[in-house]
Amino acid sequence: MSLIDVIDLQSAQLHDEARRAMEVCNACRYCEGFCAVFPAMELRRDFTNGDLDYLANLCHNCQGCFHSCQYAPPHPFGINVPKALAELRYQTYRDYAWPPSMARVFDRNGTLVCLLAALSVAVLVTCIVLLRDPGILFQPQTGPGAFYRIMPWGLLSALAGASFVYSLVALGMGFRNFWRASERPTSDLTRPRPLMQALHDVFTLKYLGGNGRGCNDLSDNFTMLRRRLHHAMFYGFLLCFASTSVATLYDHFWNWPAPYPLLSAPVLLGLVGGLGLIVGCSGLIWVKVQTDPAPSARALLGADYALLTLLLLSSVTGLVLLTLRETSAMGLLLAVHFGFILALFLALPYSKFVHGIYRSGALLRYALEREDEHASHASN
Amino acid sequence: MVDLTRLYDVLVIGGGNAALCAAITAREAGASVLLVESAPKPFRGGNTRHTRNLRAMHEKPTSVLTESYLEDEYWDDLLRVTGGQTNEELARLTIRETQASLPWLEARGVMFQPSLTGTLNLSRTNAFFLGGGKQLVNSLFNTAQRLGVEVLYDTEVTELVLDDGFVRDVKIVSRGFPASVRTKAVVASSGGFQGNIEWLKQYWGEAADNFLIRGTPYAQGKVLRNLLDQGAHAIGDPTQFHCVGIDARAPKFDGGIATRLDCIPFSIVLNQKGERFYDEGEDVWPKRYAIWGRLIAQQPGQIGFPIVDSKAEKLFMPSVFPAYRANTIAELATQMGLDPAATEKTVAEYNASVRAGTFDTTKLDDCHTEGLSPPKSHWARTIDEPPFIGYPLRPGITFTYLGLKVDEKARVLMSDGKPTANLFASGEIMSGNILGKGYLAGFGMSIGTVFGRISGREAAKRVLN
Ligand SMILES: Cc1cc2nc3c(=O)[nH]c(=O)nc-3n(C[C@H](O)[C@H](O)[C@H](O)COP(=O)(O)OP(=O)(O)OC[C@H]3O[C@@H](n4cnc5c(N)ncnc54)[C@H](O)[C@@H]3O)c2cc1C
Ligand code: SF4
Ligand code: SF4
Repeated sequence: MSLIDVIDLQSAQLHDEARRAMEVCNACRYCEGFCAVFPAMELRRDFTNGDLDYLANLCHNCQGCFHSCQYAPPHPFGINVPKALAELRYQTYRDYAWPPSMARVFDRNGTLVCLLAALSVAVLVTCIVLLRDPGILFQPQTGPGAFYRIMPWGLLSALAGASFVYSLVALGMGFRNFWRASERPTSDLTRPRPLMQALHDVFTLKYLGGNGRGCNDLSDNFTMLRRRLHHAMFYGFLLCFASTSVATLYDHFWNWPAPYPLLSAPVLLGLVGGLGLIVGCSGLIWVKVQTDPAPSARALLGADYALLTLLLLSSVTGLVLLTLRETSAMGLLLAVHFGFILALFLALPYSKFVHGIYRSGALLRYALEREDEHASHASN
Repeated sequence: MVDLTRLYDVLVIGGGNAALCAAITAREAGASVLLVESAPKPFRGGNTRHTRNLRAMHEKPTSVLTESYLEDEYWDDLLRVTGGQTNEELARLTIRETQASLPWLEARGVMFQPSLTGTLNLSRTNAFFLGGGKQLVNSLFNTAQRLGVEVLYDTEVTELVLDDGFVRDVKIVSRGFPASVRTKAVVASSGGFQGNIEWLKQYWGEAADNFLIRGTPYAQGKVLRNLLDQGAHAIGDPTQFHCVGIDARAPKFDGGIATRLDCIPFSIVLNQKGERFYDEGEDVWPKRYAIWGRLIAQQPGQIGFPIVDSKAEKLFMPSVFPAYRANTIAELATQMGLDPAATEKTVAEYNASVRAGTFDTTKLDDCHTEGLSPPKSHWARTIDEPPFIGYPLRPGITFTYLGLKVDEKARVLMSDGKPTANLFASGEIMSGNILGKGYLAGFGMSIGTVFGRISGREAAKRVLN
C-alpha cells in the first residue's frame, strides 16, 4: 500500500466514525442545546464527507456532549462525538492543506513545529553572528535604530514579509479548498447578515460560553475557564499583531525606527498582548494537561502543545527583550525572539493555527444555513 | 472513603433522579447521608440517564418554559392518560410541587435548554435537560458529593430487615463483598423491576425473552420484591409496563431513545406470518406511540415489520440502524425473514383498498382504506414505489407499574395501612400511586423530583428530631 492509500484509508475511517456518531445523534438529539453542530446536523439525514468536515470544524470541543452522552463508552454504541470530530477535524487540516504535499506535516506536527522553531532561532542567531561583528552583538545598544544594528533592516523585513505573505497565501488556499467542499457559491462569502453573524460568533467565542455556564473543560463540571483563557490568547495575539503593524508604519512612514519608548503604541500594545498570550497559552496548556482524557483526541495533542508553546515562547522572549533591551543581552535576545516570530509566521498554515480559518468558515456556513432555513420557513 | 462501621442518619438506595434529590435534600437538612448505587460509575443514574425532560407546572413564562401550565390543566392531562387510575391527593401534591422543582434543580447545577429550542413541541409543558438526563445525573452527583453525601457504586442492597415497620438492618453486596449498613432511616429510590426478565416471565412467560429493556439493566426490583415479601402494601398492576415499539436490533438493555421508530403511521405493519394486525393510522403518532409495544408483545414471536415505500422515507426521523431495502416486496420480505408470497398478498390487498385523498401529515387526513380488516384510517397511501423499506420492531419496555404504596410524606405503608417508621420511597418504585396506567411525557421525572425531595426531607426530619 502506498502512503497516499494509507492516508486515504485513514481519512475514510475517520469519516465513517464521524458519520456513525452523527447518525446516532440524529436519532437521539439530546445534545441539541449545546452548540451549533447539532442544529446543523438536524438539517440533514445523510452526511457527505464535506458535510462531516464542516460539522467537525463547527465543533469547538467543549466535551459537553461526551459527558452527557447516554451512549458513551462503555455503552456498546461507544459514542464519543468530541473525539470523533476532533480526529476528523485534524484530518481536514491535512485534506485541505496547500500545497497538497504539505498535508504530511500534520502527521508529526508537534515535532515538526518544534524543529522549525529551533531551526529558525538557530539560523537567525548564526546569521547575526556571521554577518555582524560579535562586538556589536554583545555590546549594549541604545537609541533609535539600535535593533537594526544587530539585525539588518533588509534581512528582517525580507524574512518577515516573505514568510508572512506566503502564509497568508497558503491559509487562503486552504480556506478555498474548505469552501469548495461545501459546494456553496463564492458569493455566499459576502452575504452581509450571515457574515456579520459569523464574525460576531468568532470574535465573542459565543459557543465557548456554553449556555452561560461554560463548558466541560476539565470534567463533567461546567466552567468558563477555556473561554477566558482563549480570549486572553486570541486578543493577546491580535494586540501583538497590532503592535508589529504599528511599528512597521512608524518605521516606513514616519521614519522612526525601533526600539520605541515604553509609553509608545507598539510597546504598550505588545506588552498587554504579550501578557495576554502568556496567561492564555500557559492556561490552555494547563487545561490540556488536567482535562479528562476520554473525550480528547491524542493525535491532536502534539499540534496543540506545539502551537501554544510557540506562542508562549514568542511572547515570553518579547517581554524579556523589552525588559533587557538596554543591556548587553539585547543582541542575542533579539535574535532569539525574531527566531520564534519567524517560526510562528512560517508555521501558521501548517499548525493548529489553521483551526481558526476553518472554524470561521464553518461558522459562516452555519450562519448561511440558518438564514436559508429561516427564509424557507417564512415562505412556507 | 466510605466507613461502613459508622452509623449514618440516612441511607439512600439508588443513583437516579429520585435518589439524588432525596440524598441532597437530606444532606442539606443536616443529616449524614450514604447513597448506594448498584451500577458501576459509568452506568450510574438508572433510567434517569436516558430521560429528556420534566413536566412542570408554571404560572408565567420562565427561561425554559413558555406561556403557562396550571394545576387544573396538568391534572386533566394526567386524568386522561391514567383513566382515573391515580390518587388525586398525591397527584395534585406532585403537580403543585413541580413548580418549585425546576428552580430547585437549577440551583443544584442542573442545566436546561432555553425554551423553544427543543425538537418536540413541548416547550410549554416540559423543560428539557441540556444534553439529556445524564447531564442531570452528573450535575446532581457533583452537588451531592460537594455537600458531603457519601457514595458507593457497584453496591446493591439485597435485603432490608423490617421489624414491625422499622428497618433494623440493611444488607448490601459492595463490589462483590457482602456487608451491612448501619442507618437510622432508609429512602428506597431503586426504580422499577423491568430489568428483571425472570420476574417479567411470571406474567408473560417465554415471551419476556423477546422484550427489549430501554433503560438500565440494574432495575432488578430487589428492594421492591424484598419489601413486598415482608408485607409492604403493593400498588399498581404487576403485569403491566409502559412499552413502545423499538427497532428489534437495539441492545437488550440501555438502548434508550435512539432506538425508537416513528414510521408506523406511514407504514403497514406485518407480523411474522406476513399479515397486518392493527390500524396503523388510528391517530396522530404521539398519541399512539405507546400502544405499539403492547400490540407487538401480543404477536407471535413478539416481532413486527413496518413496511414503507420511497414516498414515505423522509417523513419520519431516521433510525439508528440501517433499514432493510429492496426493489421488490418479495425481496424485502426475504431479507426480513418473512414469507414472500404472504407478504406480497398483504401488500396487494392493502394497495387495492387504498382510497386516495389529500395526504397531510399534520392532521388526521382522509387517506384511508375501504373494505380492509383491520383498516388503516389515515395516511393510507399505496406502497408501490421502490425501493421498499422495512424495519424489525420489538416491544421496548420503559418501566413497570408495580410499586410500594406511600402517603404524602413518602412513608412506605404496610398492607394493614400502617406507615413504616423509618422507611421512605420515591421515584419509579412508588410512581404507581400516581401513574397507575398510561404515561404523560416528563411525568416520571416530576414524580421522582417531587417525591425525592419529600422523602429526603422526611427522612432527615425523622432522624434529626
Ligand atoms: C428511554 C427512556 C426515556 C425516558 N424519558 C423520560 C423523559 O423524558 N421524562 C420523564 O419524565 N421520564 C422519562 N423516562 C422515565 C424515567 O426514566 C423514570 O421515570 C425516572 O428516571 C425514574 O427515576 P428513579 O430515580 O425513580 O429511577 P432510576 O433512574 O431508574 O434509578 C434507579 C436507581 O436505582 C439503582 N438500583 C436499583 N436496584 C438497586 C439496589 N438493589 N441497590 C442499589 N441500587 C439499586 C439503579 O442502579 C438506578 O441507579 C424515560 C425512561 C426511559 C427508559
Ligand atoms: S452525543 Fe450522545 S446524547 Fe448527545 S445527541 Fe449524540 S447520541 Fe445523543
Ligand atoms: S464537543 Fe461540544 S462543541 Fe463539539 S459537538 Fe460536542 S457539544 Fe458540540
